[in-house]
Amino acid sequence: MALYSRSGRPKPQSGGFELAAWYFMRLSGVALFFLAFAHFSLEHFLFDPSQESATWIFNQRWNSLFWRSFDWLLLMMVVLHAFLGMRTVTMDYLKGGKRTFALTALYLVGAVVFVMGTVVVLSVPLTMPS
Amino acid sequence: MLLLRYRGSEGMVAWAFHRISGIAIWLFVLLHVLDIYLAGGNPNVYDDILKFYASTPGRIMEVLLGAALLYHGLNGLRIMAMDFWPRLTAYHKQIWYANWVIFIGVGLPGAFVIMKPAFGW
Ligand code: HEM
Ligand code: HEM
Repeated sequence: MALYSRSGRPKPQSGGFELAAWYFMRLSGVALFFLAFAHFSLEHFLFDPSQESATWIFNQRWNSLFWRSFDWLLLMMVVLHAFLGMRTVTMDYLKGGKRTFALTALYLVGAVVFVMGTVVVLSVPLTMPS
Repeated sequence: MLLLRYRGSEGMVAWAFHRISGIAIWLFVLLHVLDIYLAGGNPNVYDDILKFYASTPGRIMEVLLGAALLYHGLNGLRIMAMDFWPRLTAYHKQIWYANWVIFIGVGLPGAFVIMKPAFGW
C-alpha cells in the first residue's frame, strides 16, 4: 500500500472504529488549524502573556459566552485529536500487556484532562460588564 | 527505533517531525489544562505560573511551542491533501518545501513579536 511517503497513517481498510478514528483525526485536524492558531495568535499577538492574569481571564475573556464556547470547542478537539494521536504512537511502540496498561493510563489521563477543562470553563461565574 | 525506520528521505523526516511535534504539543496541553484549571480554582497559583510564561525562558519555550504547532499544522494539511487527492503525492516533496517557506515566512515575524518584551521593546 505505502508506495509513496505521506507521513500520515495509511487509511485503515478494516472499517469500524479504526476507520472512524482515521477520519476523525482529519476532521479535528482541520478544526484545530483554525481554533489552535486563532487561540495562539490571540494569546501572543493580540495580547501578551504578561497581562493574562486570572482576573483578566474572568473579566475580559470568560465574560463572553462566545469565547467560553470557543475555548470548550478547542478543548474538545485538542483532547480527542491528541489522545487518539497518542494512541497510534503507543500502539506503534508497545504490544501485549504493556500496550494494554499504557492505553488504559492514556485514556484515564485523557478523561481527567477533559473533565478538568470542562469544569473550569463552566464553573467560573459569568461577570456582566458594568 | 521505529522513529528512525527508513521511510524514504523527505517523507521520513516529515513523518518523524510530525510525530515529535505532536507529542510535544500534547505534553504542553497536559500542563496547560492544569494551569487554566488553577486560574479558576486557585488564581494566586495561576498568576505565579503566568510569571513564568512572561519570562524570557518562558517566551523561548513558547516560540518552540509555536514552531511545533506551525510545523505540525502545515504538515497535517499536507497529509490530508494527499489522503484525499492521491495524485498530489507525486508532489509530496514540493509541498513539503512550500511548507517550510510558509513556516519561515510566518514563524520568524511571529517569533519576533513573542520575544520583543524580553528585550524591553
Ligand atoms: C494545528 C492543526 C493540526 C492539524 C492540521 C493536525 C493534523 C494531524 C494529522 C493529519 C495527523 C495524522 C493522523 C493520522 O496519521 O491518522 C496528526 C497526528 C497527530 N497529531 Fe495533529 N494536527 C493538528 C494539531 C495537533 C495538536 C494541537 C496536537 C497536540 C495537542 C496534535 C497531536 C497529534 C499527535 C500526537 C498525532 C499522532 C502522530 C503520529 O501518529 O505520528 N495535533 N495530526
Ligand atoms: C503559550 C501559549 C499559550 C498561552 C499563553 C495560552 C493562554 C491561555 C489562556 C489565558 C486561556 C484562558 C482562556 C482564554 O484566554 O481564552 C487559555 C485557554 C485554553 N487554551 Fe491556551 N494558551 C496557549 C497555547 C495553547 C495551545 C497551543 C493550545 C492547544 C492547541 C491551547 C488550548 C487551550 C484550551 C483548550 C483552553 C481552554 C481551557 C479550558 O476550557 O479549560 N492553548 N489559554
